[in-house]
Amino acid sequence: MSYRGYDAVIGIETHVQLRTKSKIFSSDATNFDASDNENTSPITLGMPGTLPVLNKKVIEYSVLTGLALNCSIRKKSVFARKNYFYPDLPKGYQISQYDQPICENGALTFMVNGQERRVSITRAHMEEDAGKSTHHGDYTLINLNRAGIPLLEIVSGPEITSATEAAEYGKAIRQVVRYLDVCDGNLEEGSLRCDVNISVKKEGVDKLGTKVEIKNINSFRFIEKAIEYEIDRQIDLLESGQKVIQETRLYDPDKNRTFSMRKKEDAQDYRYFPDPDILPVVISEDFIKKLKAEIPEMPLARAQRFISAHGLPEYDAFVLTTERELADYYEATAKICGNYKSSSNWVMTDVMRELNLNNSIISKAPVSPEALGQLIQMIDNEKISGKIAKSVFSEMWKSGKSPEAIVNEKKMVQISDASTIEKIVDDVLALNPSQVHDYKGGKEKLIGFFVGAVMKTSKGQANPDLVNKILLEKLKK
Amino acid sequence: MNITFSSFREISEAIKTKKVSAVEVTKHFLDRIQLLDTKLNSFITLNENAIQQAQNIDDQIKAGDVLGPLAGIPFGIKDMLCTKNLRTTAGSKILENFIPPYDSTVVKKLKNSGAVILGKLNQDEFAMGSSNETSFFGPVKNPWNPEYVPGGSSGGSAAAQAARLVAGTIGTDTGGSIRQPASFCGVVGVKPTYGRVSRYGIIAYASSLDQAGPMTSNVEDAALALEMICGHDPMDGTSSQKVIPRWSADLKADVKGLRIGILEEALKSGLDSDVEKTVQNSIEAFKKMGAEIIPISLSLIEYSIPVYYLIAASEASSNLARYDGVRFGFRAEMQETATSLDDFYSITRGQGFGSESKRRIMIGTFCLSSGYHEEYYVKACKVRRLIKNQYDEAYKKCDIILSPVAATPAFKLGDRISNPLAMYLNDLYTTSANLAGLPSISIPFGLSKNRLPIGIQLTAQAFEEQKLLNAGFALEKASIIGKEKPYVI
Repeated sequence: MSYRGYDAVIGIETHVQLRTKSKIFSSDATNFDASDNENTSPITLGMPGTLPVLNKKVIEYSVLTGLALNCSIRKKSVFARKNYFYPDLPKGYQISQYDQPICENGALTFMVNGQERRVSITRAHMEEDAGKSTHHGDYTLINLNRAGIPLLEIVSGPEITSATEAAEYGKAIRQVVRYLDVCDGNLEEGSLRCDVNISVKKEGVDKLGTKVEIKNINSFRFIEKAIEYEIDRQIDLLESGQKVIQETRLYDPDKNRTFSMRKKEDAQDYRYFPDPDILPVVISEDFIKKLKAEIPEMPLARAQRFISAHGLPEYDAFVLTTERELADYYEATAKICGNYKSSSNWVMTDVMRELNLNNSIISKAPVSPEALGQLIQMIDNEKISGKIAKSVFSEMWKSGKSPEAIVNEKKMVQISDASTIEKIVDDVLALNPSQVHDYKGGKEKLIGFFVGAVMKTSKGQANPDLVNKILLEKLKK
Repeated sequence: MNITFSSFREISEAIKTKKVSAVEVTKHFLDRIQLLDTKLNSFITLNENAIQQAQNIDDQIKAGDVLGPLAGIPFGIKDMLCTKNLRTTAGSKILENFIPPYDSTVVKKLKNSGAVILGKLNQDEFAMGSSNETSFFGPVKNPWNPEYVPGGSSGGSAAAQAARLVAGTIGTDTGGSIRQPASFCGVVGVKPTYGRVSRYGIIAYASSLDQAGPMTSNVEDAALALEMICGHDPMDGTSSQKVIPRWSADLKADVKGLRIGILEEALKSGLDSDVEKTVQNSIEAFKKMGAEIIPISLSLIEYSIPVYYLIAASEASSNLARYDGVRFGFRAEMQETATSLDDFYSITRGQGFGSESKRRIMIGTFCLSSGYHEEYYVKACKVRRLIKNQYDEAYKKCDIILSPVAATPAFKLGDRISNPLAMYLNDLYTTSANLAGLPSISIPFGLSKNRLPIGIQLTAQAFEEQKLLNAGFALEKASIIGKEKPYVI
């Protein structure tokens, strides 16, 4: 897409915190709610003589993610030290990967404005997180709970062309790692963090412009806004005859602008070299095969299947596949009742409404997909009306009881027996002679009044189709 | 019994059979330290709980518990190895007040086998040195002549052992730091195969080269101590999974038919005449015992010094980054002129590190810098691989390679400290075993005209410690040092 005659070239580095129970190189816990510096053994503190020992789960999660992103997995990958000084970096180096990352040459396909878009994944490598510094005027506090939490850094190719596309890419990465259950994808808690590289160039020109990095943006909306701002800033500079300086900038969401953090000249020489404390990671074909079998259907493929095999509208398919648990819930519901569209409607409207109202999540829904499926089945078998089903559903949500039990308890079974309904219709017509007269005189809108009266008399149990049919017949006479 | 000169086996037998108590043994050596160490400066810190540890051993014996093979044996530990609740300095001001909350695996294993820790031994700062003169806690004197260095970096271990201030010691060897001081002080020193001994809790100098090992009065003690400290450690990903053989039980002074390779490059390199004579004598001794003598060439050995210093300094520059004054160790007082984070680091590290550590940090930082990385670090790693390959070739022709440990006996204090290159050349024959990861031993064999001990170095293939110890055991029996003792005793 064009921005005032310029093309934007955007690449994204996503830091994904892998949700292992212990840290990447020690047995320290990783829980976010620990008190300050609680999860810090001598290893995390970088005390003299301590050594890192690799957590195998990190390799598993990384390979799983790499496979889901269509990467090739290196049979032998190497950890390297990235050397720099900072108070929240206990060892004075970060253990990362450099020239031999575990995953390379993948691609991610996702939807942007209804169109499929494919962005290449240059690499994904394992590393340890640093601690957290909080600055308080003339002193700084350091919390090292985060130091040593495993990260997978996923690097996209410089192929993203707009702010919207960048945000969608970020969401797609989040969706993938959540589908794989390797990361909770919580941007606010920092378990997923994005650094964005942006440059602009005149449309149609091949030569890339000078790039600027924007670090640590903590929502997809802000990614979009930061990029919009930055593209504008860079174009303004070029249009006024100035140059873009290579630098790292931060985004301030309150002011909706980016500001300079450090210039390229201050860039560090990290003096990477293979970490002699950690043997190269050798991955067998069997290990890859085993993990490949564990990969669930990815969101885009699943949405496409919902469209083609279930006949769902695109909108439904994409909403239902935003979260793996939601899609699972929908599929389990549909499997019971065999009615895809109805299942989709119920999940998207009733279930999601209740979840929003209760600020809850699908895995904690008190109505199981099996129960919802049974409810839909009861409608389809004309055992209850759609209207009654709504009240049965809210009862199910409250009590957790099966629809069967609620319907029986409250005698909500639909009356589909024509003679019973005829009798109620006769009563209603007899009780309202003036309305009957008016109707026959041409006020056909009164049909609604009669239906309402019949339903009320039957306590909502009369089959509405049958009521309509019988009323029309009787009123014709 | 004469506790001072008894072997581990003799002492622990005596303790287990209650001929002498562990407390008595510990007190005996503590008295010796009290009496003699003012002349040597081999200890940095004494363990105030040593007698209590010995008492525990005695209590366990009384209770009829089965105790380890080192029950009641007093050990001195090089100050590179972390000891729980006992100050561990690495010979540096920057760790002057560091008290680890954990034991290194080696110390833990020693304690588990019954050893009593007497204290922490002096060394070159961060094991960077060949004379023990870079220690923040002052130089150690050679027990054979106090005007001479004990060698380094495990100079405190070698001196304390030679003077029998302890029954056994542990040193560390990155480029010869066990073997060279063992040679200079006339004790046995073993650098095991890389990966045999866990590095957990041992302060890192150059991680791909560092190994701890015993420094003892005889080969039998060395074999037993080595057996106790070896083995796979889940806390060290580079530690070997191989089962530990029973080296001490299988020790045999039989070298009949053993192929001893003589390193030709060493004999042609202008050795000190006393060292040369000692080497020739050792070859004769092996011949007499029925070993086969085969000339061996390692043409790349001349590159082992530059390769060693490039790799060790590169790793050290990174390993020593953690000493930043933030979480532990020394932190400099900041004047008002210090305004930035960089000031904080450079003032603390500037004051906390000695000049040799700074020199190696700078060399290493330079070697790893972009633009030089390929030419120095990467090239050094390639040559390291070639040296390893040459060793593999050589071991097709022989079982053990024999060479001097160093080109000279101990030199005088102050002689080389201002000339780093002369100092680095000390390591000419020792560094290659570290680069190739091979087990290597120094056996006291000769005395110089000045009555300074001279060791012979034997090096075996990876994980062939038994062959190495057997050859050393045989050579020890033929040693002409015999009953000669350091002056200090």
